[in-house]
Amino acid sequence: MFAAVLVASGVMVISSRNPVHSVLFLILAFFNAAGLFLLLGAEFLAMSLVIVYVGAVAVLFLFVVMMLDINTAELKDGILQYLPTGAVIGILLLVELVALFGSWGFAPDVEAIIQSQTPPIAQATNTEALGMLIYTKYVFLFQASGLILLVAMVGSILLTLRRREGVRHQKIADQVARTTETVKLHKVQTGRGI
Amino acid sequence: MVELLDGVIPPLLWRVLLIVLEVLAIVLPMLGIVAYLTYAERKVIGAIQLRKGPNVVGAFGLLQPLADGLKLFTKEMIIPTQANRGVFLLAPVLTFGLALAAWAVVPFDEGWVVADINVGVLYLFAISSLGVYGIIMSGWASNSRYAFLGGLRSAAQMVSYEVSMGFVLVSVLLMAGSLNISKVVEAQKEWGWFIVWQLPMFVVFVISALAETNRVPFDLPEAEAELVAGYNVEYSGMAFGMFFLGEYANMILMSGMTSILFLGGWLPPLSIAPFTWVPGIIWFALKISAILFFFLWARATFPRYRYDQLMRLGWKIFLPFTLLWLVLVAGALELTGKLPNMGG
Repeated sequence: MFAAVLVASGVMVISSRNPVHSVLFLILAFFNAAGLFLLLGAEFLAMSLVIVYVGAVAVLFLFVVMMLDINTAELKDGILQYLPTGAVIGILLLVELVALFGSWGFAPDVEAIIQSQTPPIAQATNTEALGMLIYTKYVFLFQASGLILLVAMVGSILLTLRRREGVRHQKIADQVARTTETVKLHKVQTGRGI
Repeated sequence: MVELLDGVIPPLLWRVLLIVLEVLAIVLPMLGIVAYLTYAERKVIGAIQLRKGPNVVGAFGLLQPLADGLKLFTKEMIIPTQANRGVFLLAPVLTFGLALAAWAVVPFDEGWVVADINVGVLYLFAISSLGVYGIIMSGWASNSRYAFLGGLRSAAQMVSYEVSMGFVLVSVLLMAGSLNISKVVEAQKEWGWFIVWQLPMFVVFVISALAETNRVPFDLPEAEAELVAGYNVEYSGMAFGMFFLGEYANMILMSGMTSILFLGGWLPPLSIAPFTWVPGIIWFALKISAILFFFLWARATFPRYRYDQLMRLGWKIFLPFTLLWLVLVAGALELTGKLPNMGG
């Protein structure tokens, strides 16, 4: 059922006319993907999917889409224009997928690899098993993906950073320090006014 | 009783029935508690401001929440003509439903929990991060500038404070060594309450909880002076009531999370005779009430933050500080050899 709703909401993401509805359907799709993970027994992945994608990424999407104020009628006109390009890309991807599945085969020493996993996965909980793998076997890949994210972050900050002259900042330490000269403190008795 | 009914009711139906009963056993008391939290809020703030608070309906005004609820029920629900009907109606349901759904993993006493799942802390975190959707959707669907601005503000605020909250969670979990909420509480039997070890994190967590639930001094989404009432300005009748209930249920949930993570959940303060006689659920309720009182106290005491100050506090102070503390905790645990040992 999760898969069916997932596909249906995926279709709705691209076909719904209101961009905000698209994002809401995208969120529904994320949820159903998380549900699929849960059914597979991967509860940690399911929860992190909800936290990261639904809780943070989709909120930003929604933000941007709401602020954009897109005219939906204009979007509708453009659909024929982009259809050929989209179709070509779609067909290319499909061919690649088919080619990949056609040549799908297991590595010869796959049995040995499965055997060699450090803890017996069946006993460890989901989170532990994932941690064991990421921080031992795949630690360099993990670090590399972190670095890529860092570069992306620095890049986007650099792109949007603007320096303006004459901006007056609030200096909180200065404000806190000036109690005695300008502010008079009263000790008020409970139940009375000043 | 289970054996007696065996065979009369098919086992699958029996299980479903049991789950429904469990859900009702949480939701119904929850609604009552939420109603009386509003009463407590008015009484506490009244006392702080040298007023009497509600005192007309019933003895000491005790029936006031019921009267208010009845009033909301009987009011007409108005849907603005330009509003996006579906989303407009979905938003309050979402807020309210999520606030209640989170209680599924909260243990009230040893073993008193509907779903004792392995990633309970993450589940709570995920649900609390979803709360923002109810607000942002209502703000957008109302098709009103005030509501929209309120929704955007609150979304930015909640996303910002979630980051430092996540780090607080991680540094607590490092000591507990499990994502299972029951185990987090159990770990505090050995360590003592985590507030002793993680006092700065406790402070950060409570302040972030204030920001997450849009309470004073971080109630910018409903800053009356600028935004009328923020995201829920177009709602009336029971739709408004659901936002209201959801907000207060979230407050109770956040207090519950704080008491589980830092104040030892259902554990008594000392494991000696007079304290251990009191059942765990009473301790849990007492801890929640103490934190809730702090929430109300803060509302009566502090002026509202300005928006840039709020963001500054979240990103420039809490985030670096919690990150530093996380590294310190991890280092200290590693050096003392107390790091939870997992399998390998």
